[in-house]
Amino acid sequence: MKRSHYIAFTAVILLVVIILALPARTTAQLKIALSSLFLPFFGLASSAHQLAERAGNGLVPRRVLLSQIEQLGRENQQLKFQLPQFEEAQRENERLRQLLAFRRQTPWKLKPVRVIGRDTANWWRTVKIDFGRDEGAQIDLPVLSTEGLVGRISEVGLTFSQVTLVGDPNCRVAALVLETRENGIIGPSPSGPLDHTFVEMILPRTTELKPGHRVMTSGLGGIFPKGIVVGEILDSRYVSYGLYQEARVKLAVNANRLEEVFVKLP
Amino acid sequence: MSSCHEPTRIQFSFEVAKMNWLNIIVILIVAWLIIFFQSVFTGFRDLVGAQFDLLPALMVYTSLTAGMPGVIALAWVGGLGFDTLSANPLGVSVLPLFVIGWTIHCKRELILREELYAQHIFGLAASLLAPFSTVLLLFVAGENPLVGWGSLWQWLVMAVAGTAATPLFFRLFDRIYGSLNYPQFSETSFRPDREIKRGRM
Repeated sequence: MKRSHYIAFTAVILLVVIILALPARTTAQLKIALSSLFLPFFGLASSAHQLAERAGNGLVPRRVLLSQIEQLGRENQQLKFQLPQFEEAQRENERLRQLLAFRRQTPWKLKPVRVIGRDTANWWRTVKIDFGRDEGAQIDLPVLSTEGLVGRISEVGLTFSQVTLVGDPNCRVAALVLETRENGIIGPSPSGPLDHTFVEMILPRTTELKPGHRVMTSGLGGIFPKGIVVGEILDSRYVSYGLYQEARVKLAVNANRLEEVFVKLP
Repeated sequence: MSSCHEPTRIQFSFEVAKMNWLNIIVILIVAWLIIFFQSVFTGFRDLVGAQFDLLPALMVYTSLTAGMPGVIALAWVGGLGFDTLSANPLGVSVLPLFVIGWTIHCKRELILREELYAQHIFGLAASLLAPFSTVLLLFVAGENPLVGWGSLWQWLVMAVAGTAATPLFFRLFDRIYGSLNYPQFSETSFRPDREIKRGRM
């Protein structure tokens, strides 16, 4: 074997070790710089997707459109009936908050964004969204969909960001069971990387859990605000000699079908 | 006589060097496109529950056809590109790719690179080793990747995809270089002045 081969081998290993030992901020900046090289491709893919969507819209039969209009009309009517009730409840809530001197809750500012890519590796659960620093993206902003909690922004680039999904080892969520008001922590999926629909929730041993109990964010972690739907309890078991309970939670959001999500702005 | 031959040899080696750099640039472009498609194309992942990784297969092709600069360039460009579109720490995918490429390149005189089974076997070995070593490095680096029994299935899917893709890379690049270069002139052994003419005199 040539001497130059050994020199190349040593040089590459040394460089890799140096890069791995760089401070997190420097590697994040390097990642942003490198990811900008993918921007033309993402732009092309986004344009192609929009073109295909427009072409698809043109092909939807009139019958389907009419049935959708009818369904939306019905939903609209129902919501119109519910709206005065909610407005009344909100007024009551505000009155009571004033009486108890509670801090007034500010309404959420949501920014709709598109999912443009997924993690290239199979051992992480992250997606890329077309929302970057130029539009006000920040690390740890909560990401949700109409069904419930999606995750949090973990890396911010110039024009796109990375969202770590619920179920990834790097996204733990402080949550509560709505029916029992018990707090717990949601961690990664108990069944490994193949199952994207279940996560594990750790709860105190005294919690009385039943399948179907709803799980929501508790607002205690400091990242996710209170009241975002996470999913529902499927089953539970005692672990660590009965010291605490481990519940399987079926996520409300199917991460495989994410196309459009909302980022909650501060 | 020797002065007549000298320029021809220099010209030939220059042609080889030029071809190698063109080769490497095409490989790097393909690697960049593969990484992008692995991020954007979710059909395969939705279908089988795992995303394919074709970079190890591309590294097998590179290490058997391009020189050491090609191996180093692909390890860096492929590894850094892969980590950029992933939650991996930057640089963690470079080392497995480089070690695979380096090992194959150092032993390439012993490998029957034109044989289909050799391409399959090296594609399989590289596709098994690359994700395994990357996950191992992640644990060493103190990360906590999502692994479980399902990872075995994902590993199998990546291995099968890599095994199938390796010979395809050989065909693909043959086509690309075929279209970029002049077709090879093949001289026939027929010479009209040495033809034996039979029949009536």
